[in-house]
Amino acid sequence: MILSEEDWMALAISLKVAVVASAASLPFGIAVAWVLARKSFPGKSVLNGLVHLPLILPPVVTGYILLILFGRKGAIGSVLDQVFGIVLSFRWTGAALAAAVMGFPLMVRAIRLSIEGLDRGLESAAATLGASRFDVFRTVTLPLIMPGIVTGTILAFAKAMGEFGATITFVSAIPGETKTLAAAIYGYTQVPGGDEGAMRLTLISVGVSMAALLASELLARRVQARTEGRDA
Amino acid sequence: MLDVDIRHAQGEFRLEVAFSAGEGLTALVGPSGSGKTTLANIAAGLIRPQAGHVTFNGETWFDSDRNIFLPAERRRIGYVFQEGRLFPHMTVRQNLQYARHFRPVRVEEAADTRLIDLLGIGHLLDRRPAGLSGGERSRVAIGRALFSTPSLLIMDEPLAALDQARKAEILPHLEYVRDETGIPILYVSHAMEEVARLANRVVSVASGGVVAQGEPGAVLGGTRPMPEDMEPATFISARISHHLEGEGLTVANSRAGSLYLKRGSAEPGDWVRVYVAAQDIILGIGEPGNLSALNRLEGRVLALEERAGSVWVTVNCSGEVVLVQVTRHSAARMALAEGQPVSLLFKSVSIDTQGLFRRQDARP
Repeated sequence: MILSEEDWMALAISLKVAVVASAASLPFGIAVAWVLARKSFPGKSVLNGLVHLPLILPPVVTGYILLILFGRKGAIGSVLDQVFGIVLSFRWTGAALAAAVMGFPLMVRAIRLSIEGLDRGLESAAATLGASRFDVFRTVTLPLIMPGIVTGTILAFAKAMGEFGATITFVSAIPGETKTLAAAIYGYTQVPGGDEGAMRLTLISVGVSMAALLASELLARRVQARTEGRDA
Repeated sequence: MLDVDIRHAQGEFRLEVAFSAGEGLTALVGPSGSGKTTLANIAAGLIRPQAGHVTFNGETWFDSDRNIFLPAERRRIGYVFQEGRLFPHMTVRQNLQYARHFRPVRVEEAADTRLIDLLGIGHLLDRRPAGLSGGERSRVAIGRALFSTPSLLIMDEPLAALDQARKAEILPHLEYVRDETGIPILYVSHAMEEVARLANRVVSVASGGVVAQGEPGAVLGGTRPMPEDMEPATFISARISHHLEGEGLTVANSRAGSLYLKRGSAEPGDWVRVYVAAQDIILGIGEPGNLSALNRLEGRVLALEERAGSVWVTVNCSGEVVLVQVTRHSAARMALAEGQPVSLLFKSVSIDTQGLFRRQDARP
């Protein structure tokens, strides 16, 4: 099975976008999950709704909203462009943003569940031993919610690998820049004689997904064993 | 000296409590739901009460008027929780080191090793909490609290989750902590046995308020109000005189007279605190004749009080006030009256071996 240079690029872009999207959204995911799990404040259900919105909206709508907000003329995009010189629209970074937004609800949900399942007595115990709030979070909370973090990150990664609608709406499918695996497959199906190419990339796609799933399963099991105090 | 004077409401439950805890072990006793654990958490800084103050050795930990609240991590306390609360993702060694990490102090390694040996947890250091038995977990939890070099130790029913045999295994360790470390202890419990054995001072709480506080004998014995799930009883301090070889008995001298005890671990010269349930004593007037009961104390009736269908009689036996519980019928038939000379009879066996408690202040 021979991959064309464009196929390789699509695979590389997809992996880059998925890794960056899941890694960059992780701190925000933990913070939002923490706030939703532990804090009560007016407008909490609004925040919860906003986080989950990409799960319910058609991806094209999410992509279009991103375009309005983060496009070069958009409310946020123009500031990013003029002040920081950062352009997201029609760049691979924009694809990462779209993928991150789409995967965010899945990530937050997994982490939130593990925070809610945490025995808060352990945090009190750490405090009585002299650990500051930050130290408690770093040494007790974080390691104990690690299974949720791993699961959430993998879900976000998987979502990013498969993301299509929001990405193509926001950043189009520019070869070598924003043309991900999914976009490339779609592209092949739109041209005569593209079946072979579509099949190649489909197989690649299945292979990458399976590898990611197996790796995550292994990782999750190790982390789970560690937090439960069994020797992995 | 821990000084607590607070008001706190949690939903329907109101807590209005003032008590102090000094040297040695202060037991916080009361029925479940009386607010004991909430008080322990307030002392620890895990709960911020609505009003009042908490001070420890002159340092203000909480003062609502001055808006001072020192959080738990800055109070230098050690807290032994009922469920242990060992960190599951760390080994026993890491749990102990965790306590040391945040309060770095110069401690001789030999002292650490001695503590680990005393608690008998040396062979557990590389294990994880999930693999430990209940008793092992308790000992590690005590060790972890001590490793943080606390100036106050708070224990919330540390033995409640253990069976009788495990309790007997842990109790000497608690006595060691009380007697050898010199750290004041606030000990939450509703188990009479532990309190009788360990406490220098008892604070009795019920439905959100302090009912009585003072010496164990004064709070738990006599006709003072006491937690409803505790048996009325008297503590008598006595000094072991000698063993009756071959009979399994020990003779001890108290202010009230000689006592025959079941032979326990105490040796001649030791002070013990004997626990006699008010129901186990037979009251007699005049010469009772030939009875099998070995223990016989003479005294005069101090007071009579009707309580829940029975009569509580306090008897002054040469300065030792003993509480006896009799039926109303008996009290009427015997025409009991204040000042009347009476005999108190009880079997040696009615002082169970668990009642043979060492007195802390009289130890060498």
